[in-house]
Parts: sequence; C-alpha cells; structure tokens
Amino acid sequence: MAERLVGADIAPPDLHAKITGRARYAEDFRAPGMVFAKLLLSPMPHARVRRVDASRALAMEGVIDILRADEVPSRDGPREACLTDTPRYEGEPILAVAAVDEETAAAAIEAIEIDFEPLPFVIDPLESLRPGGPNAYVDGNQFSGQDGWSDFKWTDTDFAKVDAGEMPDPSCPVEWTKGDPESAFAESALVLEETIVHQSLTHHPMEPRSNMAYWEGETLHAFVSTQSSQQTKFALAGALQIDPENINLVSEYCGGGFGSKIAGTTVMQIPALFSRKINRPVMLRITRYEENYVGRARPGFQTWLKMGFLQDGKCNAIDLIIVQESGPYGAGDFNTAGMIADLTYTPQNMRFRGVSMYTNTPPKAAQRGPGGAQIISMMEPILEKAGRELGVDRFEIHRMNAPRGDVQFGPRNATLTSVHAVEALDQGREMFDWDAKLAISGKRNGSKVTGVGIGLSPYTAGSRGRDGMMIIRPDGKLYVHQGIGNLGTHSIADTARPAAELLGYNWEDVEIVWGNSARAYPRSTVQAGSQTTTAHTRANHAAATDALRKIREVAAAALGGSASSYSVDSGRVSGPGGTMTLGRIAERAIAMGGEYSGEVLPDDVHAQTVPAAQILAGEGLMGIARDNYGGEGNIYSWVAGFAMVELDEETGVVELKEYVGVTDCGTVIHPRSLGAQVFGGSIQGMGMAMTQRWVFDPQWGVPFANRFYTARPPGFLDIPADLKWGAVGIPDPQDPVGAKGIGEPPVGAGAAALTSAIADAMGGRCVCRTPLTPDVLLAEIEGRPMYGRLEQHVG
Amino acid sequence: MDQAESVSVLEEKYSRRTFIKGVIATGATASSAGYLFRGSPLLGAATYQTATERLITLNVNGQERRVDVLPHETLAMTLRYKLGLTGTKLGCDRAECGACTVLIDGVSQYGCSMLTHQVRGRSVATIEGLEDADTGELSVVQKAVMEEGGFQCAFCAPGFIMAMTEMIEVNPNPTREEARLALSGNLCRCADYDKILTCAMRAAELARSV
Ligand code: FES
Ligand code: FES
Repeated sequence: MAERLVGADIAPPDLHAKITGRARYAEDFRAPGMVFAKLLLSPMPHARVRRVDASRALAMEGVIDILRADEVPSRDGPREACLTDTPRYEGEPILAVAAVDEETAAAAIEAIEIDFEPLPFVIDPLESLRPGGPNAYVDGNQFSGQDGWSDFKWTDTDFAKVDAGEMPDPSCPVEWTKGDPESAFAESALVLEETIVHQSLTHHPMEPRSNMAYWEGETLHAFVSTQSSQQTKFALAGALQIDPENINLVSEYCGGGFGSKIAGTTVMQIPALFSRKINRPVMLRITRYEENYVGRARPGFQTWLKMGFLQDGKCNAIDLIIVQESGPYGAGDFNTAGMIADLTYTPQNMRFRGVSMYTNTPPKAAQRGPGGAQIISMMEPILEKAGRELGVDRFEIHRMNAPRGDVQFGPRNATLTSVHAVEALDQGREMFDWDAKLAISGKRNGSKVTGVGIGLSPYTAGSRGRDGMMIIRPDGKLYVHQGIGNLGTHSIADTARPAAELLGYNWEDVEIVWGNSARAYPRSTVQAGSQTTTAHTRANHAAATDALRKIREVAAAALGGSASSYSVDSGRVSGPGGTMTLGRIAERAIAMGGEYSGEVLPDDVHAQTVPAAQILAGEGLMGIARDNYGGEGNIYSWVAGFAMVELDEETGVVELKEYVGVTDCGTVIHPRSLGAQVFGGSIQGMGMAMTQRWVFDPQWGVPFANRFYTARPPGFLDIPADLKWGAVGIPDPQDPVGAKGIGEPPVGAGAAALTSAIADAMGGRCVCRTPLTPDVLLAEIEGRPMYGRLEQHVG
Repeated sequence: MDQAESVSVLEEKYSRRTFIKGVIATGATASSAGYLFRGSPLLGAATYQTATERLITLNVNGQERRVDVLPHETLAMTLRYKLGLTGTKLGCDRAECGACTVLIDGVSQYGCSMLTHQVRGRSVATIEGLEDADTGELSVVQKAVMEEGGFQCAFCAPGFIMAMTEMIEVNPNPTREEARLALSGNLCRCADYDKILTCAMRAAELARSV
C-alpha cells in the first residue's frame, strides 16, 4: 500500500535548496553584462515634476541611461504607473538611472537636477472629508470610472459631532442596512459606542521586491519576487502590453509577500522596460528603506462603532462607520470589514457605512486578512467589554455570537459552505484551560498584571473552477504542474498530495514542477486570499481523477477486462488481466495518443491552460481537468486565538505569556505546515496590534517609521514561549478533499486575542487604538491619553 | 583565546561604529538607503584607486579566494556579487534582520555591516560551506531543519542556520529559552519562530549525539 499523504508531515521538496543556499530568489540571478538601476524617489508627498536636468548624471563615467515616466505605460485616474512625474506619496519612483554598478547609479541620481512644484497633500483621511479640506489629487478625492473625479465632503453638522466625540450620521459612498438596526438598538439591554483607530502598516516581507530582467529578441526574461506565478506572468504582460507567451517569468522562490506581491508587477516593469531600452540585463535592487515606500501597506481605519446587546449577551445590532486610509491608489479592506463584522457577531440588524479616502501615503494593498484582521482586532475587546458589563462569561459571549451553519451575512445574505467556529472555540477553551486562566486574570505580581483574552477571526479561504494538469512520464513518476507561487506556504507541494494519494503514489515518485513559466502551467489562482489550498487541491484532484480513468482504460486495453476493475497502487496498476507499471502505462498512452497523451484536451479547460498542455502533449499520460465540483456558498476558515499577557503598569510593556490558536479549516493536509501558518499569522497579528508603527510628520507628509527597527515586526523575544495550535479537522462537505485555506484568519485571531487580553489586564478598559505600544499603554494607565480619539498616523 | 575574549575582541573590531568609521574614511555612501554595491569590472579600475590594497585573499568556506575588493565594500556584497555566494541574503542591509549572518572565525556577524577588508586573515563561513565538500552530507543544523521542516519562505533561513551553527558550539545543551536568546539577532517575518526553535533544539541534540 502506498503511504498516506494527506495528514502527514512531509518537508516540502524545495527545503534542501532553501537551507543550502542553492535556492535562487530574484536577486540571486545574474546575467552577462548585467547593469544596475537605481530609483529617484519623490521627496514630497504630492508634487509635479517641473524640470529634470540629467546632463551631469549622464556624463558620469559608468552611467548608461535614464528611464523617465513618459517612457513607461501611463495610467489614468487613481492608478499607479511604475514611474511618474506627478508623485502622490513621498517615496514614489520618479525616474531610474542605470549604470555599470549600483553605487555609480546612486551617485548619478544625486547628480540629477530636478525641480518639483509642491501640491497640497492629505495624510489623515478625515482632513480630506472636512468641508474645505485638502484632497490627495488635484481633481478631487473620489473617483468613479463613469463620472471621473468628484469632491466628497462630510457636512459641518457631521464634523460638529465628530469633534464632540460623538458618532456622526454622515452619508458615505458605500452603505448597506439589513434588518432594523434602529428598533433593535431600542430593545438592547446594553449599547456600547466606541471610536477606534487602527493604524496602517507596511507589509515588509523579508525579501524586498528586487528583480532583474533582460530581453532575448521579443522574449522578456523576468526574474521576480511574486506570490503568484502563472497569473503574475499574465499581469506583467498586461502592464507591459505584450503577448504573455513572450514572457519567461522565473519565480522559483519568493521571500514572503503577505499580500504585497500578489502579482507585484509595478516595480517589475522598471527593469523590463529599462533593459529593453538599453539592451542589457538590468538588476533593480530594492533596499529595505525603499521597500517601505514601494512595498505596500495595510490600510488604516478610523471607525465609529455602536454595538447593541440583549441581556443574555447576544449582539442584536451593529452600526459601523469606517473611514479608510487608502493611499493614492485605493484598497477594498473596509468593505470586507463590514461583511466580517456581520458574520462574526450575527447581529441580524446592521447598518454599515464606509468611505475609502485617497491619501498621499505609500500605496495600500491587501495584507493578510485584509479588512478582517483590522475589524476583528478592533471589535473583539468591545465584545468582551459587553460580556463584563452584562455579567456574561467572556468565553460564552464569543461562543453565543459566533455563527452556526445556517448563517447569512452581509447585505446580500451570503452563506457559507461550512462553519465550525464554535468547535474551534470549544477546543481552544480546553487547550488554553480558559477557566483556570480566568481565575488568574487581574492577578498582580509587583507592577505586573495578568490579562487573558480571546480573538475569533474568520476569513475567505477558497475558490473554485481552476484547472489541474499533471503528467505521468515513462519514468513512472507523476509530474504535477503547479502555476501557483512558492511563497513559503508549501502549497506548491501540499495541494498535490490528495491527487497523488488518489493515484496511489508514494511521495518520492512525485515531482512538483513550478517556478519557471517555460515549464507549462494550467490556469491557476493568484496566490492570495487563502484560496490556493482549496482551489488547487480541487483542481489537482479533478486532474488526478481524469488521470485515473485514463490509466484504467489504458490498462484494460493492454491487459483485457473492464477498466473499472483496475486499481492503482505504488506506481502499478493491477486488475483481472495482470499488472503493469505506470511507466509502461505512460508509454502506451503516448502510443495511443488522443486524450491519453494530451493531444486532445477537454473542451472546458481555460484558454490559459491550452498552450501549456500543448507543450506537454505526447510526453506521457496526461491528467487534465477543470474543477467542476461546484459548490454553494462562500468558503471561510476560522481561527480562535487565546492569549495570556502580563502588563507592566510601570513601563507599559506587555509580555506575551501563552497563546493557543485553534483553526477550523477543514481537512488537515500538512499538520506541521498548518501549525506554522496558525502561529505565523497570529504572530503577525500580534505585531500589528503591538509593535508595527506607522508615523508621519503631518507638516511635511514624511513617514518616520520606515524600517524594521521603527516599524518592528515581532522578533524571537516578543513572541510567547508557550505556543499551541489545534485544528477542528472537520472536512468541508462541499469539497472533494474537504480542505479550506488558512493564511488569512490567524492574523485577526492573534491581534484580537492580544487586544482583548491587554484590555483585560487594564481591568476591562479598551484603549481603542493600535498599535498598543508601551507609551500608549502607559499614558492610558496614567489617565493622560496621548492622542486625540481619532488621530491617525501618530503611533 | 577563550570564547568570551574572542567575542569581545571581535566586538571591538567589528562594531557598527567601527564599520561606519571605515565607510566614512573611504568616502563611500553610507546613506539611509542602505549600502550599495560598487566595483563593476566594467568600470576602469583607476577610477577608484585608493591607498588600500584592493586585490586581497579571503578564506571563505575553507578555500582561499583572490578577490578585488573596494575599501568600503561590505562582506555581504563581496560574497553575493564577487564570489557568487548568493546564499547569504540581504533583508535590510543595515543590521536589523540577520538575513546576512555569516560566521567569522566561528562567531556570527552581520555580513551587511562588516567591511570585507575587516575579514582578511580570518575564516569566513557561509551557508554554502556547511555541507561536507566531498560527500554533500548536510551539517547537523541542516539535518535538523530537514527533519523538522523548518522555515516558510526561508529567506531568513541561511542567517538563522549560521546563527544556530554558532549556537550549538557555544552552548551545546541549551534550554529553549537560551536558544531563543541565542537566535534573537535574527528576524523571521513569516514568524516561523516556533519551528525554528524546534530545529535549533534538534540540532543541538544531533550535535551532542555525534
Ligand atoms: S541584511 Fe544584514 S542584518 Fe539585515
Ligand atoms: S521563513 Fe520567511 S522570513 Fe523566515
């Protein structure tokens, strides 16, 4: 019997390369004659370039050429070009210079004379909402494809309330209501009203988005850092307006993205276009400092929240207003935040209003759990506060409000394929020993106070309808072609496991093919939104099912008997007529041709799959199929996080003592890697809640927290020494494999368990602001809050 | 020279202040943008002649390597761009992350924050040198990482593995808490800390059983 692959701890096949220095990330590639580009970054948050004199720079020895904004694809409206003469944030790339080495390029940048016309700018989105306030763009602060730019302001009456610390009643571009919130609030036993600020924060993956490119005739060779792979090729082709088949995209390894490199094509265009211009390979090294600007950030929220509760603790109404700090090119987090609030607290009566405000700060993009992580981190401590005020156990208040299988959420009453949030909470309660921990909540040890808290966090975790493609070659091995990216989640290998198991393969006989677009990939997802595990276990399962049918038919044709009486195991197919190796089957499939060897393809595979399949056709037995398993409802996973902290009231320092994260993500494919995702995501959430600052000088629009040490992600000494994870492990019934994604949900769980535990250590007082740095906490403890309730970009 | 002494000597020699002084003395860019790569063979060698000898011999992974090094060049840049040793990563180029960690005479150092000229006459070990040169057998630390499935994106892995390699020499029998401290100079943005710590403990265990 072949080994079980689903549920086993198997190190990914690329680990050996990763730990010997052989793995090549984008900046590790070299090409003969390679030169270096350096960027000139805007020194102002909003400006117009009036004049550039590069003559001195171009005359320098070793300088090759300059690339200007008018030589790159331009973008209308609030869309980003890779170089611009109207920079909309400090740090936006204006032009690039190439030279024989990087230092010469940097010296040339210094020698460029450039004259800017400064323009009005906006850092705090509320300022742009004020009547008469400045806008991030010359033409306005809201944009629609249909009507172009407009100037959107709240009224003086709205701001009279805002300034008085009350919840305003503004109109917003996005609004929805379900049920009857007004009557519901009238029936509530408790109504809590809070103003909450969530900071923006930079993604800062470990690998900055350095990349290199050169051309060979019409073919672009791009060596890039991207979360996705096949879809990045198409995105880059779109950005450069070239035929995707003319791109050889090499993305074997990606040093993290967290949403900032879903495709990440903006910066990739620069070496691509520059190398075409100068006909030499161009390396663009992005430094950590530059990564802060061009590397994307999570949008911050300024939020008014009204939450109503019945006597027993059930949330019966929510009124939520979110103003989102969207940077110059927008983001969609706030919409998701509204949906997730409705999903997690099931109020039945909810009003949501939201406005995305352009600002002159570095561009925003989805960051692991976009919108969900922020809102969960903000709302969970408020839920616990309600528990305290109503005398309901805090665990119980999470549990009673969590959705059951029949939940309907959002304005269009979306449903879920499965939900086991309650089971995750129950399992977490046991693992964390919540009841015992509750007994030591508030306990003092000198100046230190213990606090415990819970964060329950959902997020989308799957999509459907992608293609799978694999081939069994005459060497008997199964080659699974994976167009998804390799960003550290191990999904390039793990999503092939259920398929390999279906085909009775031992793992050593499975080869994963990935990372270089010349190698042919089926239509794949972008590696984002935690969809890959579901989307590609399904697609590969479909392709394996196709391969299994073909193996049996080939075997029956060769050995006699009915196809259905043949079965596969450990590289052989056996049945009434005897047994054959799959290598022999592959040879016969090649001889039979047609669909068996991939010369004839299923009608319903995607147009992007067809040319890839044609590359492999005739080389073995091909399994190829679209995921037609279907399904109804949204696919969501959950993490219930439990944290214990010690807050030092003399210093404001919080020490994390223990953390437990339990997930509902369906079938567990790779336990060790799943645990790593639960912890990794949770710890990123803790960094978001505690250490990753986003600070601007309001006068000049210049960011201060722009490196690891000023916007610090958690290090070894910041994380709890005692970490545990668990999984509910109930397969999703609408899925052939039953697995759901896991990347996103732990972020909100880690952040919220922490914000809740800190509130608990402060006797139930919610600071209603992140990050909860020691100075912020100390000021709260001493009763002298440092910032205005709605002040953004300060901590 | 006992361990403590060697560490303090190294600290004095290779402190960040010394490093910056070295950089300033040679008139190179030490901007907030990080340290830059210079020294293309495509540029006339005469342009950057200084008093410092440029062609030097380095001992890297047990091999003598002749290399043309500019006075202000960082070790990470020499390794990556002159010696083809791209296993040493640059996460910040400024002593904030540890992705560039290498061992100098067995002591872990940030390769981005040392000048190559500082390591003349010393032995430099990088991730590429950990395997047995003849058999390809992995070092105990690498074996431990394979066993425990350490790291996610692994961009931090070479740095951590070098730091672990030092750790098992200095403290062959660490507690988890001690291992955590020993590795706290390295950042993992994927936050795979729990698994990394398990790898470190397993590495120490394997080293003890050798
Ligand atoms: S690259 Fe040297 S410490 Fe970050
Ligand atoms: S594994 Fe990605 S930074 Fe450590």
